[in-house]
Amino acid sequence: MNVPDGLLFTKEHEWVRLAGATAVMGISDHAQTALGDITYVDLPGVGKTVAQGGGVAVVESVKAASDVYAPVSGTVRAVNAALGDHPEIINQDPYGKGWLCELENVAPDAAGGLMTAAQYRSYLETL
Amino acid sequence: MNAEPNLRTPLYSEHSALQARIAPFGGWDMPIQYTGIIEEHVHTRTAASLFDTCHMGEFRVCGTAAAQALDRLITCPIASLAPGRCRYGFLLNETGGVLDDLITYRISEDEFMIVVNAGTLPGDRAWIAAHLPAGVTFDDESDETGKLDLQGPLAGEVLQPLTAGDLRTLKYFGFMQTTVCGVPALVSRTGYTGEYGFEVYLPVEQTLMLWRALLDDPRVKPAGLGARDTLRLEIGLPLYGHELCATRTPAGAGMSFAIDLKKDFIGQPAVAADAQTGPREQLVGLQLTSRQSARAAQTIVCGDKKIGVVTSGSFAPSVGTAVALGYVPKEHVQVGTALQIDTGRARLDARVVPLPFYTNGTARTGPRS
Repeated sequence: MNVPDGLLFTKEHEWVRLAGATAVMGISDHAQTALGDITYVDLPGVGKTVAQGGGVAVVESVKAASDVYAPVSGTVRAVNAALGDHPEIINQDPYGKGWLCELENVAPDAAGGLMTAAQYRSYLETL
Repeated sequence: MNAEPNLRTPLYSEHSALQARIAPFGGWDMPIQYTGIIEEHVHTRTAASLFDTCHMGEFRVCGTAAAQALDRLITCPIASLAPGRCRYGFLLNETGGVLDDLITYRISEDEFMIVVNAGTLPGDRAWIAAHLPAGVTFDDESDETGKLDLQGPLAGEVLQPLTAGDLRTLKYFGFMQTTVCGVPALVSRTGYTGEYGFEVYLPVEQTLMLWRALLDDPRVKPAGLGARDTLRLEIGLPLYGHELCATRTPAGAGMSFAIDLKKDFIGQPAVAADAQTGPREQLVGLQLTSRQSARAAQTIVCGDKKIGVVTSGSFAPSVGTAVALGYVPKEHVQVGTALQIDTGRARLDARVVPLPFYTNGTARTGPRS
Protein backbone atom coordinates (compact mmCIF):
# COMPACT_ATOMS: atom_id res chain seq x y z
CA MET A 1 0.00 0.00 0.00
CA ASN A 2 1.43 3.36 -1.05
CA VAL A 3 1.94 5.81 1.87
CA PRO A 4 4.15 8.70 0.71
CA ASP A 5 6.37 10.50 3.20
CA GLY A 6 5.65 14.16 3.80
CA LEU A 7 1.88 13.79 4.00
CA LEU A 8 -0.21 13.61 7.15
CA PHE A 9 -3.05 11.13 7.60
CA THR A 10 -6.26 10.60 9.55
CA LYS A 11 -7.68 7.39 10.96
CA GLU A 12 -10.49 7.78 8.41
CA HIS A 13 -7.86 7.52 5.62
CA GLU A 14 -7.73 11.10 4.41
CA TRP A 15 -4.34 12.64 3.58
CA VAL A 16 -3.31 16.29 3.78
CA ARG A 17 -0.27 18.17 2.52
CA LEU A 18 0.27 21.26 4.68
CA ALA A 19 2.01 24.37 3.32
CA GLY A 20 1.73 27.23 5.76
CA ALA A 21 -1.88 28.35 5.94
CA THR A 22 -2.95 26.27 2.93
CA ALA A 23 -3.47 22.54 2.57
CA VAL A 24 -4.31 20.06 -0.18
CA MET A 25 -6.27 16.97 0.79
CA GLY A 26 -7.53 13.71 -0.63
CA ILE A 27 -8.12 10.06 0.29
CA SER A 28 -5.38 7.52 0.79
CA ASP A 29 -4.39 4.61 -1.41
CA HIS A 30 -5.86 2.32 1.24
CA ALA A 31 -9.18 4.19 1.04
CA GLN A 32 -9.43 4.06 -2.75
CA THR A 33 -8.55 0.37 -2.73
CA ALA A 34 -11.18 -0.39 -0.11
CA LEU A 35 -13.85 1.59 -1.98
CA GLY A 36 -13.13 0.03 -5.35
CA ASP A 37 -14.10 1.79 -8.58
CA ILE A 38 -15.05 5.36 -7.68
CA THR A 39 -18.01 6.52 -9.75
CA TYR A 40 -18.90 9.95 -8.35
CA VAL A 41 -17.46 12.64 -6.09
CA ASP A 42 -19.55 15.29 -4.38
CA LEU A 43 -17.18 18.21 -3.77
CA PRO A 44 -17.81 21.22 -1.51
CA GLY A 45 -18.43 24.73 -2.82
CA VAL A 46 -15.47 27.09 -2.97
CA GLY A 47 -15.61 29.41 0.06
CA LYS A 48 -17.20 26.82 2.32
CA THR A 49 -15.77 26.73 5.83
CA VAL A 50 -14.99 23.25 7.12
CA ALA A 51 -14.11 22.12 10.63
CA GLN A 52 -11.53 19.44 11.35
CA GLY A 53 -13.37 16.10 11.38
CA GLY A 54 -16.43 17.53 9.65
CA GLY A 55 -17.76 16.24 6.34
CA VAL A 56 -16.15 17.90 3.33
CA ALA A 57 -16.94 15.58 0.40
CA VAL A 58 -18.70 12.36 -0.49
CA VAL A 59 -17.02 9.68 -2.56
CA GLU A 60 -19.22 7.07 -4.20
CA SER A 61 -18.16 3.69 -5.46
CA VAL A 62 -20.27 1.18 -7.38
CA LYS A 63 -21.44 -0.26 -4.08
CA ALA A 64 -21.75 2.62 -1.60
CA ALA A 65 -21.33 6.29 -0.72
CA SER A 66 -18.71 7.30 1.88
CA ASP A 67 -18.15 10.58 3.69
CA VAL A 68 -14.78 12.26 3.48
CA TYR A 69 -13.84 14.33 6.55
CA ALA A 70 -11.67 17.42 6.66
CA PRO A 71 -8.26 16.54 8.17
CA VAL A 72 -7.83 20.19 9.19
CA SER A 73 -10.10 23.19 9.62
CA GLY A 74 -10.11 25.83 6.91
CA THR A 75 -11.90 27.42 3.98
CA VAL A 76 -12.25 25.68 0.64
CA ARG A 77 -10.09 27.58 -1.86
CA ALA A 78 -10.30 25.21 -4.83
CA VAL A 79 -11.74 21.81 -5.76
CA ASN A 80 -10.53 19.28 -8.31
CA ALA A 81 -13.04 19.83 -11.12
CA ALA A 82 -11.45 17.07 -13.24
CA LEU A 83 -13.06 14.50 -10.93
CA GLY A 84 -16.53 15.46 -12.22
CA ASP A 85 -16.18 13.50 -15.45
CA HIS A 86 -13.33 11.26 -14.35
CA PRO A 87 -13.70 10.21 -10.72
CA GLU A 88 -11.58 7.15 -11.52
CA ILE A 89 -8.54 9.47 -11.33
CA ILE A 90 -8.76 8.95 -7.56
CA ASN A 91 -8.25 5.21 -8.06
CA GLN A 92 -5.35 5.83 -10.42
CA ASP A 93 -3.49 8.54 -8.54
CA PRO A 94 -4.94 9.17 -5.06
CA TYR A 95 -2.06 11.39 -3.86
CA GLY A 96 -1.53 13.34 -7.09
CA LYS A 97 -4.11 14.03 -9.78
CA GLY A 98 -6.78 12.54 -7.53
CA TRP A 99 -6.64 15.33 -4.94
CA LEU A 100 -10.07 16.49 -3.70
CA CYS A 101 -9.74 20.05 -2.51
CA GLU A 102 -7.43 22.82 -1.39
CA LEU A 103 -8.06 24.63 1.88
CA GLU A 104 -6.89 28.05 3.05
CA ASN A 105 -7.00 29.79 6.44
CA VAL A 106 -5.58 26.63 7.98
CA ALA A 107 -4.57 27.12 11.62
CA PRO A 108 -0.81 26.96 12.42
CA ASP A 109 -1.32 24.08 14.85
CA ALA A 110 -3.39 22.10 12.32
CA ALA A 111 -1.10 19.07 12.32
CA GLY A 112 -2.07 18.14 15.88
CA GLY A 113 -3.82 14.80 16.06
CA LEU A 114 -2.75 13.72 12.56
CA MET A 115 -0.47 10.80 11.80
CA THR A 116 2.84 10.97 9.96
CA ALA A 117 3.39 8.55 7.07
CA ALA A 118 5.32 6.20 9.39
CA GLN A 119 2.55 6.30 11.99
CA TYR A 120 -0.12 5.72 9.32
CA ARG A 121 1.79 2.72 7.95
CA SER A 122 1.80 1.23 11.46
CA TYR A 123 -1.88 2.06 11.85
CA LEU A 124 -2.75 0.26 8.60
CA GLU A 125 -1.03 -2.85 9.91
CA THR A 126 -3.39 -2.91 12.88
CA LEU A 127 -6.49 -2.98 10.66
CA MET B 1 -28.05 -13.79 12.26
CA ASN B 2 -26.57 -17.07 11.15
CA ALA B 3 -24.21 -18.93 13.46
CA GLU B 4 -23.24 -21.37 10.74
CA PRO B 5 -20.07 -20.48 8.81
CA ASN B 6 -20.66 -19.42 5.23
CA LEU B 7 -20.41 -22.07 2.54
CA ARG B 8 -17.65 -22.05 -0.05
CA THR B 9 -17.84 -23.15 -3.67
CA PRO B 10 -15.24 -25.57 -5.11
CA LEU B 11 -13.57 -22.49 -6.63
CA TYR B 12 -12.98 -20.61 -3.38
CA SER B 13 -9.22 -21.16 -3.41
CA GLU B 14 -9.10 -20.06 -7.07
CA HIS B 15 -10.81 -16.80 -6.12
CA SER B 16 -8.40 -16.29 -3.25
CA ALA B 17 -5.41 -16.94 -5.51
CA LEU B 18 -6.79 -14.34 -7.93
CA GLN B 19 -6.98 -11.95 -4.96
CA ALA B 20 -10.71 -11.55 -5.34
CA ARG B 21 -12.57 -9.50 -2.79
CA ILE B 22 -14.78 -12.01 -0.97
CA ALA B 23 -18.06 -11.16 0.80
CA PRO B 24 -21.05 -13.10 2.11
CA PHE B 25 -23.97 -13.59 -0.27
CA GLY B 26 -26.94 -15.87 0.36
CA GLY B 27 -25.04 -17.88 2.98
CA TRP B 28 -21.92 -18.25 0.80
CA ASP B 29 -18.53 -16.55 0.72
CA MET B 30 -18.51 -15.31 -2.87
CA PRO B 31 -16.15 -13.27 -5.04
CA ILE B 32 -17.44 -9.70 -5.41
CA GLN B 33 -14.68 -8.47 -7.70
CA TYR B 34 -11.29 -9.52 -9.05
CA THR B 35 -9.74 -6.52 -10.82
CA GLY B 36 -12.62 -4.03 -10.48
CA ILE B 37 -16.37 -4.03 -10.99
CA ILE B 38 -16.42 -1.61 -13.91
CA GLU B 39 -13.62 -3.39 -15.78
CA GLU B 40 -15.39 -6.74 -15.30
CA HIS B 41 -18.71 -5.21 -16.34
CA VAL B 42 -17.25 -3.77 -19.56
CA HIS B 43 -15.41 -7.02 -20.33
CA THR B 44 -18.72 -8.90 -20.12
CA ARG B 45 -20.37 -6.49 -22.55
CA THR B 46 -17.48 -6.66 -25.03
CA ALA B 47 -15.77 -10.07 -24.70
CA ALA B 48 -16.59 -12.95 -22.33
CA SER B 49 -16.65 -13.22 -18.53
CA LEU B 50 -16.70 -16.29 -16.34
CA PHE B 51 -18.88 -16.26 -13.22
CA ASP B 52 -18.81 -18.80 -10.40
CA THR B 53 -22.51 -19.46 -9.76
CA CYS B 54 -22.08 -22.73 -7.83
CA HIS B 55 -23.96 -21.15 -4.93
CA MET B 56 -27.25 -21.48 -6.80
CA GLY B 57 -29.52 -24.45 -6.15
CA GLU B 58 -30.64 -27.23 -8.50
CA PHE B 59 -33.66 -29.44 -7.82
CA ARG B 60 -34.80 -32.42 -9.88
CA VAL B 61 -38.49 -33.21 -10.05
CA CYS B 62 -39.61 -36.40 -11.82
CA GLY B 63 -42.79 -38.36 -12.45
CA THR B 64 -45.65 -38.68 -14.87
CA ALA B 65 -47.56 -36.07 -12.85
CA ALA B 66 -44.52 -33.76 -12.43
CA ALA B 67 -45.57 -31.20 -15.05
CA GLN B 68 -49.05 -30.95 -13.61
CA ALA B 69 -47.66 -30.60 -10.08
CA LEU B 70 -45.18 -27.89 -11.07
CA ASP B 71 -47.90 -25.98 -12.91
CA ARG B 72 -49.62 -25.67 -9.51
CA LEU B 73 -46.43 -24.27 -7.91
CA ILE B 74 -44.79 -22.09 -10.55
CA THR B 75 -46.36 -19.08 -12.28
CA CYS B 76 -45.14 -19.73 -15.83
CA PRO B 77 -46.67 -22.43 -18.05
CA ILE B 78 -44.97 -25.79 -17.47
CA ALA B 79 -47.16 -28.28 -19.37
CA SER B 80 -46.52 -26.45 -22.66
CA LEU B 81 -42.77 -26.26 -22.08
CA ALA B 82 -40.97 -28.40 -24.68
CA PRO B 83 -38.14 -30.73 -23.66
CA GLY B 84 -34.89 -28.84 -24.30
CA ARG B 85 -36.42 -25.51 -23.30
CA CYS B 86 -36.46 -23.62 -19.99
CA ARG B 87 -38.66 -20.84 -18.62
CA TYR B 88 -38.41 -18.10 -16.01
CA GLY B 89 -41.15 -18.00 -13.37
CA PHE B 90 -42.03 -17.34 -9.75
CA LEU B 91 -42.73 -19.50 -6.72
CA LEU B 92 -45.47 -17.82 -4.68
CA ASN B 93 -46.98 -18.21 -1.25
CA GLU B 94 -50.76 -18.39 -0.67
CA THR B 95 -51.09 -14.59 -0.61
CA GLY B 96 -49.21 -14.18 -3.89
CA GLY B 97 -45.95 -13.03 -2.29
CA VAL B 98 -42.80 -14.14 -4.10
CA LEU B 99 -40.84 -16.94 -2.39
CA ASP B 100 -38.30 -17.02 -5.22
CA ASP B 101 -37.74 -16.42 -8.89
CA LEU B 102 -36.46 -19.50 -10.68
CA ILE B 103 -35.88 -21.20 -14.01
CA THR B 104 -37.51 -24.52 -14.85
CA TYR B 105 -35.77 -26.78 -17.39
CA ARG B 106 -37.77 -29.55 -19.05
CA ILE B 107 -35.25 -32.37 -19.37
CA SER B 108 -37.80 -34.84 -20.77
CA GLU B 109 -41.55 -35.32 -20.71
CA ASP B 110 -41.46 -36.41 -17.05
CA GLU B 111 -38.23 -34.84 -15.76
CA PHE B 112 -37.51 -31.25 -14.73
CA MET B 113 -34.59 -29.32 -13.26
CA ILE B 114 -35.40 -26.20 -11.26
CA VAL B 115 -32.67 -23.62 -10.63
CA VAL B 116 -33.15 -21.40 -7.59
CA ASN B 117 -31.36 -18.64 -5.69
CA ALA B 118 -28.88 -19.52 -2.96
CA GLY B 119 -30.41 -17.51 -0.14
CA THR B 120 -33.90 -18.92 -0.73
CA LEU B 121 -32.84 -22.52 -1.37
CA PRO B 122 -33.80 -24.08 1.98
CA GLY B 123 -37.23 -22.44 1.95
CA ASP B 124 -37.82 -23.37 -1.69
CA ARG B 125 -36.85 -26.98 -1.02
CA ALA B 126 -39.24 -27.29 1.90
CA TRP B 127 -42.07 -25.54 0.05
CA ILE B 128 -41.77 -27.51 -3.20
CA ALA B 129 -41.24 -30.88 -1.50
CA ALA B 130 -44.26 -30.29 0.74
CA HIS B 131 -46.52 -29.46 -2.20
CA LEU B 132 -45.68 -32.33 -4.53
CA PRO B 133 -48.17 -35.22 -4.72
CA ALA B 134 -47.25 -38.85 -4.11
CA GLY B 135 -45.57 -40.34 -7.15
CA VAL B 136 -43.63 -37.19 -8.01
CA THR B 137 -40.06 -37.41 -6.75
CA PHE B 138 -37.99 -34.48 -5.53
CA ASP B 139 -34.19 -34.37 -5.20
CA ASP B 140 -32.03 -31.47 -4.12
CA GLU B 141 -28.92 -31.92 -6.29
CA SER B 142 -27.33 -28.61 -5.34
CA ASP B 143 -24.37 -30.17 -3.53
CA GLU B 144 -23.51 -32.44 -6.46
CA THR B 145 -23.98 -29.80 -9.14
CA GLY B 146 -21.43 -27.21 -10.23
CA LYS B 147 -22.48 -24.18 -12.26
CA LEU B 148 -20.45 -21.73 -14.31
CA ASP B 149 -21.83 -18.83 -16.36
CA LEU B 150 -19.92 -17.75 -19.44
CA GLN B 151 -21.39 -14.45 -20.60
CA GLY B 152 -20.50 -12.01 -23.34
CA PRO B 153 -20.52 -11.70 -27.12
CA LEU B 154 -17.48 -14.01 -27.44
CA ALA B 155 -18.95 -16.73 -25.17
CA GLY B 156 -19.89 -18.99 -28.10
CA GLU B 157 -16.51 -18.74 -29.77
CA VAL B 158 -14.87 -19.67 -26.49
CA LEU B 159 -17.18 -22.49 -25.41
CA GLN B 160 -17.81 -24.18 -28.79
CA PRO B 161 -14.36 -25.77 -29.25
CA LEU B 162 -14.72 -27.41 -25.82
CA THR B 163 -18.28 -28.61 -26.44
CA ALA B 164 -19.46 -31.70 -28.34
CA GLY B 165 -22.86 -30.27 -29.27
CA ASP B 166 -23.41 -27.44 -31.75
CA LEU B 167 -24.10 -24.38 -29.60
CA ARG B 168 -25.36 -22.43 -32.60
CA THR B 169 -28.47 -24.61 -32.57
CA LEU B 170 -29.43 -23.25 -29.14
CA LYS B 171 -32.06 -20.55 -29.21
CA TYR B 172 -32.50 -18.13 -26.30
CA PHE B 173 -33.73 -20.18 -23.29
CA GLY B 174 -32.92 -23.43 -25.07
CA PHE B 175 -30.53 -26.02 -23.61
CA MET B 176 -28.74 -29.21 -24.51
CA GLN B 177 -27.20 -32.10 -22.64
CA THR B 178 -23.78 -32.61 -24.11
CA THR B 179 -20.16 -32.87 -23.02
CA VAL B 180 -17.84 -29.96 -22.25
CA CYS B 181 -14.14 -30.87 -21.98
CA GLY B 182 -15.31 -34.48 -22.21
CA VAL B 183 -17.50 -34.16 -19.12
CA PRO B 184 -21.29 -34.55 -19.23
CA ALA B 185 -22.87 -31.12 -18.89
CA LEU B 186 -26.13 -29.29 -19.40
CA VAL B 187 -25.59 -26.07 -21.34
CA SER B 188 -28.35 -23.47 -21.59
CA ARG B 189 -28.41 -20.23 -23.55
CA THR B 190 -29.43 -18.16 -20.57
CA GLY B 191 -27.87 -15.71 -18.17
CA TYR B 192 -28.22 -12.69 -15.95
CA THR B 193 -26.17 -10.11 -17.82
CA GLY B 194 -28.12 -9.19 -20.95
CA GLU B 195 -25.34 -10.61 -23.12
CA TYR B 196 -25.12 -13.70 -25.32
CA GLY B 197 -23.90 -16.54 -23.19
CA PHE B 198 -24.38 -19.82 -21.47
CA GLU B 199 -24.98 -21.35 -18.10
CA VAL B 200 -23.15 -24.66 -17.73
CA TYR B 201 -24.21 -27.28 -15.17
CA LEU B 202 -21.81 -30.13 -14.51
CA PRO B 203 -20.72 -32.56 -11.78
CA VAL B 204 -19.39 -30.46 -8.90
CA GLU B 205 -16.02 -32.25 -8.89
CA GLN B 206 -15.43 -31.15 -12.51
CA THR B 207 -16.08 -27.46 -11.84
CA LEU B 208 -12.47 -26.58 -11.12
CA MET B 209 -11.31 -28.29 -14.32
CA LEU B 210 -13.78 -26.34 -16.47
CA TRP B 211 -13.10 -23.04 -14.65
CA ARG B 212 -9.40 -23.38 -15.43
CA ALA B 213 -10.01 -24.53 -19.01
CA LEU B 214 -12.18 -21.50 -19.72
CA LEU B 215 -9.79 -19.07 -18.07
CA ASP B 216 -6.98 -20.52 -20.19
CA ASP B 217 -8.60 -18.68 -23.07
CA PRO B 218 -7.10 -15.18 -23.11
CA ARG B 219 -10.45 -13.71 -24.16
CA VAL B 220 -12.05 -14.85 -20.89
CA LYS B 221 -11.71 -13.03 -17.56
CA PRO B 222 -13.35 -13.85 -14.24
CA ALA B 223 -16.13 -11.55 -13.07
CA GLY B 224 -17.65 -11.30 -9.61
CA LEU B 225 -21.05 -10.65 -8.12
CA GLY B 226 -20.43 -6.88 -8.21
CA ALA B 227 -20.39 -6.82 -12.01
CA ARG B 228 -23.19 -9.39 -12.11
CA ASP B 229 -25.32 -6.90 -10.16
CA THR B 230 -24.56 -3.85 -12.33
CA LEU B 231 -25.05 -5.94 -15.50
CA ARG B 232 -28.47 -7.23 -14.41
CA LEU B 233 -29.53 -3.78 -13.17
CA GLU B 234 -28.74 -2.20 -16.55
CA ILE B 235 -31.06 -4.63 -18.29
CA GLY B 236 -33.76 -4.25 -15.63
CA LEU B 237 -33.70 -7.81 -14.31
CA PRO B 238 -34.99 -8.22 -10.76
CA LEU B 239 -32.89 -9.53 -7.86
CA TYR B 240 -34.69 -11.53 -5.20
CA GLY B 241 -34.73 -9.63 -1.91
CA HIS B 242 -34.68 -6.32 -3.78
CA GLU B 243 -37.33 -6.12 -6.52
CA LEU B 244 -39.02 -9.34 -5.41
CA CYS B 245 -40.08 -10.25 -1.90
CA ALA B 246 -42.60 -12.35 0.03
CA THR B 247 -44.83 -9.38 0.86
CA ARG B 248 -45.47 -8.22 -2.73
CA THR B 249 -47.12 -10.09 -5.59
CA PRO B 250 -45.08 -10.17 -8.80
CA ALA B 251 -47.90 -8.39 -10.66
CA GLY B 252 -46.28 -4.99 -10.19
CA ALA B 253 -42.79 -6.12 -11.23
CA GLY B 254 -43.47 -5.83 -14.95
CA MET B 255 -42.87 -9.53 -15.52
CA SER B 256 -46.28 -10.54 -16.81
CA PHE B 257 -44.61 -12.79 -19.42
CA ALA B 258 -43.61 -15.08 -16.54
CA ILE B 259 -47.13 -15.34 -15.10
CA ASP B 260 -49.91 -17.38 -16.71
CA LEU B 261 -53.02 -16.09 -14.95
CA LYS B 262 -55.24 -18.54 -16.83
CA LYS B 263 -53.88 -21.49 -14.89
CA ASP B 264 -54.48 -22.43 -11.27
CA PHE B 265 -51.33 -21.96 -9.17
CA ILE B 266 -50.73 -21.18 -5.51
CA GLY B 267 -51.09 -17.41 -5.12
CA GLN B 268 -53.00 -17.06 -8.41
CA PRO B 269 -56.12 -15.39 -6.92
CA ALA B 270 -54.01 -12.69 -5.24
CA VAL B 271 -51.96 -12.01 -8.36
CA ALA B 272 -55.08 -11.99 -10.55
CA ALA B 273 -56.80 -9.51 -8.24
CA ASP B 274 -53.68 -7.32 -8.25
CA ALA B 275 -53.36 -7.50 -12.03
CA GLN B 276 -57.04 -6.79 -12.67
CA THR B 277 -57.06 -3.51 -10.78
CA GLY B 278 -53.53 -2.62 -11.89
CA PRO B 279 -51.07 -3.13 -9.04
CA ARG B 280 -51.19 -0.16 -6.69
CA GLU B 281 -47.40 0.05 -6.76
CA GLN B 282 -45.37 -0.81 -9.82
CA LEU B 283 -41.69 -1.25 -10.54
CA VAL B 284 -40.20 1.51 -12.69
CA GLY B 285 -36.83 2.28 -14.20
CA LEU B 286 -35.39 5.59 -13.01
CA GLN B 287 -32.63 7.35 -14.87
CA LEU B 288 -30.70 9.87 -12.81
CA THR B 289 -29.10 12.99 -14.21
CA SER B 290 -25.52 12.31 -13.13
CA ARG B 291 -23.28 9.57 -11.85
CA GLN B 292 -24.47 10.26 -8.29
CA SER B 293 -26.36 7.12 -7.31
CA ALA B 294 -29.53 6.25 -5.50
CA ARG B 295 -29.28 3.15 -3.31
CA ALA B 296 -31.68 0.44 -2.20
CA ALA B 297 -34.13 1.49 0.55
CA GLN B 298 -33.90 5.22 -0.21
CA THR B 299 -37.15 7.12 -0.56
CA ILE B 300 -38.67 8.20 -3.87
CA VAL B 301 -40.40 11.58 -3.53
CA CYS B 302 -42.71 13.66 -5.68
CA GLY B 303 -42.68 17.25 -4.50
CA ASP B 304 -42.80 16.96 -0.71
CA LYS B 305 -44.61 13.64 -0.72
CA LYS B 306 -42.88 10.32 -0.07
CA ILE B 307 -44.30 8.04 -2.72
CA GLY B 308 -42.03 5.05 -3.10
CA VAL B 309 -38.85 3.16 -2.41
CA VAL B 310 -35.68 2.39 -4.36
CA THR B 311 -35.03 -1.36 -4.62
CA SER B 312 -31.67 -1.23 -6.48
CA GLY B 313 -29.44 1.61 -7.59
CA SER B 314 -25.93 2.12 -8.87
CA PHE B 315 -23.80 3.88 -11.40
CA ALA B 316 -24.47 2.06 -14.68
CA PRO B 317 -21.17 1.72 -16.55
CA SER B 318 -22.69 1.04 -19.99
CA VAL B 319 -25.29 3.81 -19.63
CA GLY B 320 -22.98 6.49 -18.26
CA THR B 321 -25.27 7.75 -15.52
CA ALA B 322 -26.68 6.31 -12.33
CA VAL B 323 -29.87 4.26 -12.71
CA ALA B 324 -32.28 2.77 -10.20
CA LEU B 325 -35.26 0.46 -9.92
CA GLY B 326 -38.03 1.24 -7.48
CA TYR B 327 -41.71 0.88 -6.68
CA VAL B 328 -44.01 3.88 -7.09
CA PRO B 329 -47.82 4.25 -7.10
CA LYS B 330 -49.38 3.56 -10.48
CA GLU B 331 -50.20 7.21 -11.14
CA HIS B 332 -46.44 7.93 -11.31
CA VAL B 333 -45.31 5.14 -13.63
CA GLN B 334 -45.65 6.91 -16.97
CA VAL B 335 -42.40 7.24 -18.93
CA GLY B 336 -41.08 10.77 -18.60
CA THR B 337 -42.50 11.37 -15.11
CA ALA B 338 -40.09 13.53 -13.09
CA LEU B 339 -39.41 12.26 -9.56
CA GLN B 340 -36.73 12.74 -6.94
CA ILE B 341 -34.82 10.36 -4.72
CA ASP B 342 -33.98 11.40 -1.17
CA THR B 343 -30.59 9.88 -0.37
CA GLY B 344 -30.46 11.37 3.12
CA ARG B 345 -27.64 13.62 1.90
CA ALA B 346 -29.27 15.10 -1.17
CA ARG B 347 -32.27 14.98 -3.44
CA LEU B 348 -31.43 13.52 -6.82
CA ASP B 349 -33.54 14.27 -9.90
CA ALA B 350 -34.77 11.19 -11.72
CA ARG B 351 -37.02 10.45 -14.65
CA VAL B 352 -39.09 7.35 -15.33
CA VAL B 353 -37.64 5.60 -18.40
CA PRO B 354 -38.51 2.39 -20.22
CA LEU B 355 -36.64 -0.78 -19.28
CA PRO B 356 -34.09 -2.02 -20.04
CA PHE B 357 -31.76 0.92 -19.39
CA TYR B 358 -29.17 -0.70 -21.64
CA THR B 359 -30.61 -1.77 -24.99
CA ASN B 360 -27.56 -3.04 -26.87
CA GLY B 361 -27.29 -6.42 -25.14
CA THR B 362 -26.61 -9.51 -27.26
CA ALA B 363 -28.56 -12.01 -25.12
CA ARG B 364 -31.40 -12.51 -27.58
CA THR B 365 -29.80 -11.61 -30.89
CA GLY B 366 -26.51 -13.42 -30.42
CA PRO B 367 -23.19 -11.72 -31.05
CA ARG B 368 -23.09 -8.89 -33.56
CA SER B 369 -21.10 -10.07 -36.54
